[in-house]
Amino acid sequence: MGAVGSYFADIKDAVTSIFEGMAVTASHFMRKPYTVQYPDRMPVRVQDTLPFRYRGILEVDMEICTGCLACERACPIDCIAIAVEKDKQTKQMIVSQFDIDIAKCMYCGLCSEPCPTGSIHHTTEFEGADFSLESLIRRFIKEPVAAYKPKKGPETDPRIVPILNRGMTYVDEWAQPGGTKPAADDEETE
Amino acid sequence: MQQWVDSLIAAGKFGPNPPRDLIYALFILVFSAIVFLGVAFPFAGIVSWAERRVWARIQSRVGPNRVGPNGVLQWLADGVKNVCKEDVVPTLADARLFKLAPYLVVLAFVVPWAVMPFSSDLILADLNVGILFMTAVTALTVVGVLMAGWSSNDKWSLIGGVRSAAQIVSYEIPAGLSIFPIVLMTGTLSMQGIIRAQGWAPYDWFAFANPFTFVAANILFISLLAEGNRTPFDLPEADSELVAGFATEYSGMRYLFFFMAEWGNLFILGAIITTLFLGGWQFPHVTDDRVIMNVLQLLIFNVKVLFLVFLSMWIRATLPRVRIDQLMSLCWKYFIPISFVDMIGAAVWVAIWPNGNPAVGYVMLALFCALLILFIRRVIYYFRRAKMELYLSPVV
Repeated sequence: MGAVGSYFADIKDAVTSIFEGMAVTASHFMRKPYTVQYPDRMPVRVQDTLPFRYRGILEVDMEICTGCLACERACPIDCIAIAVEKDKQTKQMIVSQFDIDIAKCMYCGLCSEPCPTGSIHHTTEFEGADFSLESLIRRFIKEPVAAYKPKKGPETDPRIVPILNRGMTYVDEWAQPGGTKPAADDEETE
Repeated sequence: MQQWVDSLIAAGKFGPNPPRDLIYALFILVFSAIVFLGVAFPFAGIVSWAERRVWARIQSRVGPNRVGPNGVLQWLADGVKNVCKEDVVPTLADARLFKLAPYLVVLAFVVPWAVMPFSSDLILADLNVGILFMTAVTALTVVGVLMAGWSSNDKWSLIGGVRSAAQIVSYEIPAGLSIFPIVLMTGTLSMQGIIRAQGWAPYDWFAFANPFTFVAANILFISLLAEGNRTPFDLPEADSELVAGFATEYSGMRYLFFFMAEWGNLFILGAIITTLFLGGWQFPHVTDDRVIMNVLQLLIFNVKVLFLVFLSMWIRATLPRVRIDQLMSLCWKYFIPISFVDMIGAAVWVAIWPNGNPAVGYVMLALFCALLILFIRRVIYYFRRAKMELYLSPVV
């Protein structure tokens, strides 16, 4: 192909490639955008779409907390502060403080694993932004409460049964590496 | 417009012996203010929003959709934000030129509106050199851009300004040569005269009058894109190489002026192509009412212009930026020879058929429709291959 031939071949290339390119972009123009308009224009809350094992902000059910301090000992960065004292008269464990500093928490999940009742567990909540560090400390105790004492048989208190059942689902979930539920989108490596 | 003012004066609306020049000046000021503040600047703003929405959809994004319904007031928010920003003038810049440059660019953008043929009566000044005036004043941009580049005292700005000068001066030639075939066919440079020589039907448009005018229309469109510093020819402000080119040192309102001119120039681009090749405001004669006819003509003119504006956004979202040597070789090796041949061909055509050849118009239109159908088939092919559902709603 001579100089003249390549000259016209260039023109043909330019015209046909622009023609095809415009067709491609026109086809994109008619597709639905992929953008997820977090947070306010979502069909469902993001928190509800997250897997069960998602390690969000920690939560403690004080009704079933045994005050065993296993979580406080497990925490590698000491973001959990628990104060437990023994009532001299009733010989009961009283939990007077249970603070989790989620500004320090690194969401490793080591605290929820040794918990015997699943009292401390991760939620799917992750929106923790706030204006001060102090407000990031989650205080789970307003007034000192008696620690939960596991019964010999099954739990009978109707107020505690659903909470305990929920806590035990966390325990069961972490008891085996694969989990109890067939979670397809769970990609955590244990 | 002048006849209307004359008729008002003759009717004695301004007293028995009015100062004619002063009344003309008053009307020119009032109508300029209406056109610039009421049409040109809001258009530039709304285009900036529309352009971002169009790109976004082409790139499977959403684009600005928070300010006002579907984001239509985004341009006001951007404008207010930019007005509130500090106007920084670099210490080593040539302050006077630095401050003057944006106004020259805006001047080159607002002056062409004087000869914008919105409808058969709505035109500020139907100059007998209308299209020449249009191309001449839009090329004034180069003064402002070069001034901005030089006075910023900054390497990026200087390179951007010089590139812009080279680009605009180069592309003036194919743009001018592409206007010639129309001037040869109509024998006039007046915007209204050129539009009156065409008809409302597509086969009466000059774009389909003969093969040479069709090529001229394409070359003129691409040349005007290059003159307006639009992608794929946005080398003067190529952000990956030159930060922001001639606008690097600018901030606040002055920065906004450059981009207002760039977006507003899209309307001028569309108006030039529409006037010369797409029949301008020509509309079938449906009623004798002059006002209704003018409104219909205004609508059809704007529809054509806005389609071309959309086309330029679409091109901007499709093609990557060319290199500076590619830009120059495209102009000097391809556009100028082709438009020369094109001009001579059109001249020969006019010599053979001085009053045009209507049959060629039908054939050209049929060929164009075939091309369009081929294009739509390609679009459908790419769409089907992606296996996505059709989503045409602008709301997401």
